[in-house]
Amino acid sequence: MTTEAIPSKLAEIIDEFQELTEQDRLQLLLDFSRELPDLPERYNDHPELLERVVECQSPLFLTMEIGEAPERLVHLFFSAPPEAPTTRGFAGVLLEGLDGLPAADLLAVPDDVPDRLGLTRAITPLRMRGMSAMLGRIKRKIRDAR
Amino acid sequence: MTLAPDTQDKFVEYAHPERLVSTEWLAANLGADGLVVVESDEDVLLYETGHVPGAVKIDWHTELNDEVTRDYIDGEGFSRLMASKGISRDSTVVIYGDKSNWWAAYALWVFTLFGHEDVRLLDGGRDKWIAEGRPITTDRPEIAASEYPVVERQDAPIRAYLDDVLEHFGKPLIDVRSGDEYTGARTTMPAYPEEGALRGGHIPTAQSVPWARAAAEDGTFRSRAELDAIYRDEAGLKDGDDVVAYCRIGERSSHTWFVLTYLLGFENVRNYDGSWTEWGNAVRVPIVKGTEPGEAPALPPRTTR
Repeated sequence: MTTEAIPSKLAEIIDEFQELTEQDRLQLLLDFSRELPDLPERYNDHPELLERVVECQSPLFLTMEIGEAPERLVHLFFSAPPEAPTTRGFAGVLLEGLDGLPAADLLAVPDDVPDRLGLTRAITPLRMRGMSAMLGRIKRKIRDAR
Repeated sequence: MTLAPDTQDKFVEYAHPERLVSTEWLAANLGADGLVVVESDEDVLLYETGHVPGAVKIDWHTELNDEVTRDYIDGEGFSRLMASKGISRDSTVVIYGDKSNWWAAYALWVFTLFGHEDVRLLDGGRDKWIAEGRPITTDRPEIAASEYPVVERQDAPIRAYLDDVLEHFGKPLIDVRSGDEYTGARTTMPAYPEEGALRGGHIPTAQSVPWARAAAEDGTFRSRAELDAIYRDEAGLKDGDDVVAYCRIGERSSHTWFVLTYLLGFENVRNYDGSWTEWGNAVRVPIVKGTEPGEAPALPPRTTR
């Protein structure tokens, strides 16, 4: 069993959200949404490599590239349409907080991390589940890839 | 002060054409005295990515619902909300939103609980406005202070509670959820998160007419003839019927309520907002699984329920 730990970059993002008023937290989530990069070209021609996270209210596609052992660095790739800024925002937070880290670090991220952003009241618990589902999917795919 | 209606041919066919405006009408009337444009979306951040110039945002979850009781805001809450959005009792309010106006229709239904007289939907909603390349902005609108009276909410004409539905058997019920939710194969919309219903199925005798059938590809409402074919010919609704529509939490069925009331002219349509998240969890309340509407259950007398 891995010990739970929040990677430092993700911890910084959580602090950033926590320091803001609720209205400004939404604005920050919107910034993450705007900054979510497009998929690299190699995925544009291969949509079958992307997996849909069905628990998200809006279409969100996810894929990962996992490097060699022992570190097994994980790269994350997300795709969601511009009409789904909340979903894009969640993906942006996870990308900036977790991309490029070793697989073991990702598996150690506590499952309740989305609740720590302080968005639950404004976003609704239901919508927050979309983000938990993304994190759950990332962990499951890492475990499956072993 | 209210604005003149949009008199285009498609709308004239509807029972209450004054409840709809086209994107052309809105573009021509933007900035008019007495007009307030409201955006109501499912995605809480969508308005911030760009909206119709001058439009204000209303969030269904944080602004229309009571935070503690599962209910809508009261008259005082609505009065405060309207004043904060620059809406007066005589404003012409045009509401638009994402996903074929699904959440816009929900907001319009809540406005109607408070008897706001002139409230209309933008046919085709947000997607059509954007698809036509009409202007959007991220500028926050300057809201002129307004006063809005405290009006008591009138639920009875357009809102049904669980007990009303239990006493409704024998009269038409319309289930507007997806086919799999109706049969009980699943309890949430495809691709949507679990919202916690313990049982899957539908209210006995309810006809299945998924809400989105009322919308065309471009998100506009289908024509009068198409809607008559769906709701009268197929679902068997007749003039004078007392109809209850429901979905999962009452948002999709607001869309159907709008169609039946304003486009087809049914005068007794209520939205059961408790919907499946209440009915599917309530103790000793009958449900039916599968594709058939099923029979009206024999209910025990109220006192023993």
